[in-house]
Amino acid sequence: MRRLLAARAAQAVVVVAIVATIVFALTHLAPGDPFATAIGTGELHPAQREALRARYGFDRPIAEQYVMYLRNVARGDLGWSFSRSRPVAEALATAVPNTLLLMGTALLLSLALGVAAGLVQAARRDSAIDRGSSAILLVFYSMPDFWLALMMMLAFAYALPIFPVSGMIDPVMHEYLGTWGRIADRARHLVLPATTLTLLITAAIARHQRAALLDAARADYTRTAKAKGLTGRAVLLRHTLRNSIGTTITLVGLMFPALLGGAVLVETVFAWPGMGQLATSAITTRDYSLVTAAAIIGAVMTVVGSAIADILTAVADPRLRER
Amino acid sequence: MSAPLSEVDVAATTSRAADTGPWRLAMRRLRRDRVAMVALTVLAVFVAAALFAPLVAPYPPNAQPDIVGLARVAPSWSHPFGTDIFSRDVLSRVIYGARISLGVATLAILLAMSAGTAWGAVAGYAGGATDAVMMRIIDALLSVPRILILLLVLGLWGNISLPMLVLVLGLTGWFGTSRLVRERVRALSKQDFTLAARAIGARDIRVLWRHVLPNALSPVIVAATLGIGNVIVLEAALSYLGIGVRPPHASWGNIIEDGADQIGSAWWIALFPGLAMLVTVIAFNLLGDALRDALDPRDERRP
Repeated sequence: MRRLLAARAAQAVVVVAIVATIVFALTHLAPGDPFATAIGTGELHPAQREALRARYGFDRPIAEQYVMYLRNVARGDLGWSFSRSRPVAEALATAVPNTLLLMGTALLLSLALGVAAGLVQAARRDSAIDRGSSAILLVFYSMPDFWLALMMMLAFAYALPIFPVSGMIDPVMHEYLGTWGRIADRARHLVLPATTLTLLITAAIARHQRAALLDAARADYTRTAKAKGLTGRAVLLRHTLRNSIGTTITLVGLMFPALLGGAVLVETVFAWPGMGQLATSAITTRDYSLVTAAAIIGAVMTVVGSAIADILTAVADPRLRER
Repeated sequence: MSAPLSEVDVAATTSRAADTGPWRLAMRRLRRDRVAMVALTVLAVFVAAALFAPLVAPYPPNAQPDIVGLARVAPSWSHPFGTDIFSRDVLSRVIYGARISLGVATLAILLAMSAGTAWGAVAGYAGGATDAVMMRIIDALLSVPRILILLLVLGLWGNISLPMLVLVLGLTGWFGTSRLVRERVRALSKQDFTLAARAIGARDIRVLWRHVLPNALSPVIVAATLGIGNVIVLEAALSYLGIGVRPPHASWGNIIEDGADQIGSAWWIALFPGLAMLVTVIAFNLLGDALRDALDPRDERRP
């Protein structure tokens, strides 16, 4: 276990360094800079612009900028966000928890629902339930995330106005609510984006879980379990499921980059103030330090996600712990 | 008199040999798969509509006949999918959008599969240190969220042309394929027929091209079919964010973007292009699943 963690940590550092380098190269190769058009303040005088470039080090040789940037990132200094007029770390500190809340809720729900759906399907293979749910799951599996988000909004915020259209809190009433009222307000705003993500991720997990269970059902240990006289339910829950759950956890780990992408889009549709929104607005305003930081956080989340998946797989499968 | 007879014999043997070949077998299994045939028909209809868009679409995609009187008209006989805020016919835009969405995705997936196959084949065939280095690079690239790179490149470079969009989508989508191909090539290069080809003096490039690659292609075909749906959705997502396909080109993604802020009042603008995309992606996924079953040599349930 300790070696697994050490290897993962080393890999994480390498990945983050690669991402930092790619992002640095892309931002500096791209045409323009944050001061080419000063959003909200009108055109800048050329001399003023030069002064700004010099002040933030954009006039230095590219190699020097790169070294300076790597040193700052390594020290945890993420710089100043021009577009938000606050330190990047502060902008992240408000956005990251929001994304984690949304993704965490969706992931936990999807794991539970997806594994359960896969179990029911595999237990009643080729029945009407299996076929019907497979069809429904395929539809959600094929659905564009941002479009489902829009359709959820259309159905449950406009046609049936049950949930708020967007945002994370009620812009007017939130201030006047008590502690429980505020929690309820947040929960109401969380329902639609979290449901959208849950439907999409559940479909992917259930499809995989069903296939993994059917694979495991053909294995020798399943035959042994049946041969010693266990009931079908005991075989499925104690042997087949136990052996197939590892691949599902690994899949979720591998899906992490895609999940992050989905979260970016769903956040954008519902104006959920998380990483996705932060990243897209940082790119449109050419806020390089914020762009870079968002990319690095994205990479860190990916690496941490797949590391957690690895550890959970090892917990579920004692054979992996030995190594 | 004996000549025609022997010809018949030859014809009979070759046709029998062809019938049992792996590709023929797969095609026959596929033709018997009703779901796959329905999916294929749906895709054929969509591709035909895209190709013959000027004949099929009731209006030109960018015509704005009456920006005041005909804007945001609900679906009706003259506008089955309604009109958008500029009075453009949504059905016509969805049909023209199919050209861009299907075209961009197809070209991008072809590029990705070629790049992935080339990289994976070289790594798998070379083995040793070359393989290790090439695959570590893939590990690193796979851990970077693709949407992040796409957001960066497309967002920072601003107005990007369609060929550039294809290039960017293709070059960020081949890492998984290269792993797949590498595994197949590694397994195949240890087989007897590869050894035999090398024993009679075939050069590496010939062995790889003529003997190894044709046998490694089936997972690539399945991955391409399943992957094309992903690329369609990805392109739409980028166009929805305003950094993929730019106006005046209609793509399914940017039609949805046009409708996104009208969702409460003119729901049809975002609904129909999304449905078109959903049906297309479902069809590609069904076809991909069917191809995987048809190409699976272990599956002996069906002849």
